[in-house]
Amino acid sequence: MTESWRRPNRLLLAGLGLLTIFFLIGPSLIVIPMGFSSSKILEFPPPGWSLEWYQKALTDPSWTSGFVNSFQVAVVTAIVSAILGTLAAMGLVRGRFPGKDLVNAVILSPLIVPVIIIAIGMFAIYVRWKITGSLVGLAIAHSALAIPFVVVSVSTSLRTIDRNLELAAQNLGADPIRTFTRITLPLILPGVLAGFLFAFLTSWDEVVVAIFLTTAKFRTLPVEMWEQVRQVVDPTVAAVATIVLAVTTTVLLLAFVVRRQAPVT
Amino acid sequence: MTAPATSAPGASRRSRGGSLINGWAWLALPTVVFLVVFFIAPLILMSIRSVTDPPGAGVANYREFFSSEADVRVLGTTFYIATISTLVCLLVGYPYAYLMTIVSPRVSGLLLIFVLVPFWSSLLVRTFAWEVLLRDTGIVNSLLLSWGLIGAPLTLMRNTLGVILGMSQILLPFMVLPLFTVMRRIDPELTRAAANLGAPPFAAFRRVFLPLSLPGVVAGSLLVFVLALGFYITPTILGSPRETMISRFIADQVQTRLNWGLASAMAVILMALTFLALIAASRVVRLRDVYGSLEDET
Repeated sequence: MTESWRRPNRLLLAGLGLLTIFFLIGPSLIVIPMGFSSSKILEFPPPGWSLEWYQKALTDPSWTSGFVNSFQVAVVTAIVSAILGTLAAMGLVRGRFPGKDLVNAVILSPLIVPVIIIAIGMFAIYVRWKITGSLVGLAIAHSALAIPFVVVSVSTSLRTIDRNLELAAQNLGADPIRTFTRITLPLILPGVLAGFLFAFLTSWDEVVVAIFLTTAKFRTLPVEMWEQVRQVVDPTVAAVATIVLAVTTTVLLLAFVVRRQAPVT
Repeated sequence: MTAPATSAPGASRRSRGGSLINGWAWLALPTVVFLVVFFIAPLILMSIRSVTDPPGAGVANYREFFSSEADVRVLGTTFYIATISTLVCLLVGYPYAYLMTIVSPRVSGLLLIFVLVPFWSSLLVRTFAWEVLLRDTGIVNSLLLSWGLIGAPLTLMRNTLGVILGMSQILLPFMVLPLFTVMRRIDPELTRAAANLGAPPFAAFRRVFLPLSLPGVVAGSLLVFVLALGFYITPTILGSPRETMISRFIADQVQTRLNWGLASAMAVILMALTFLALIAASRVVRLRDVYGSLEDET
């Protein structure tokens, strides 16, 4: 089998591949130096370097409260969705009940309903329940968006574990709860942890639902960015964007590492 | 069902044997209740609102929308931008997904990472990055001006071009993943056999590989198209009012005109379009598989 005919094609493909990678991540990377600029405006190339904008991002109350609020909402979202998502995954993977397809569709539907519809629908009803402009309301909304990611992650883990281990535990006298905490949970833990991290990410940079469910008093980081980006853009936004990206990338890589962990048996 | 009933929590309370429901099923209940109350109910109430706000509205909101030329144009713009973004994603994504199938697993994993990291990165940050690049005083114009290639800044955003660039980049992972899922299952021996039988390389690709990859093309295109229909942030920042898509229209109706009836009617239309396209897509690729691959780089 000669490969020679493929060479020019392969070179072309590799070139296109590099261009695509540049298209995918180049723009985001270019934001990084802009945050270290000494200029008062976003200009390229930066005339000099300074940490002024990072200092502003980390001390200006509107940005710092945004960081704190976003982080808190993301952590609560991750906990709620990890629990509800794991329960749902066990029910869906091992359960037997009529209407399973419908339940499956309900649980995955937050992935595909356009987010603006989710946002205004939730806003209209959450206002009546008086949970807008609060951590609780936004964490509930974000949990609805994040649960599908946990379900997908945990389902994958559940399908790959050896049921015989659980049966063996029960034959040795373990009750269902003990079997779950001592055998099942450790086996699916990588899936649950990865789901937790994906849920954190889903909330951490969610903006559309947050625009509708937050108020001037309780604002998350993406909403603050959204307000600023549409007005005067000084390099602080670039500094904040860089921090957001750094957090996202770290958590994501962590999730991939966790998912790869072989279950401890 | 082969698992003994004792393996299921709460099984002792349930009857054994031919029961329609086993103990495990109840574990999904809290999640379903949570989603019905906090996610499905708002959507249902909004659908009802589209025919009851103002009181006794009936189909008036829908009629109002379709009788206004400017409003119908929003629908046209939405379809137009979604279509072009889908085509751009296909043109860029197909060679990339193909490349992923012919390189070593290690390189393929790396190429996948470059798709997954942007997917999970903030959409707002990535849109902002495009603004930094494309503004009149942005990076592209600064460079072109300083190299003397242009005399005056090019208009790269606040128009359709900016919207398409930003949206295609953000949607690309949803094209690449279904394509790759389908392509990796194509037996490479088939293309080799065609080549060994004397088919010129491009013919072997066109006659053998391309037809086999079509399910991925259909699934990826439908998925990207559906998601593009609902875009809000990117067209608002990178486009002008002329690039108003349905989502921005809905948001404007709620935020500035407080016209909830019309906004709800539009939301129902957008939801209906979304579900139609998704049902078509789910005949080819399971949605769950696409999202599954977003979480796993192996």
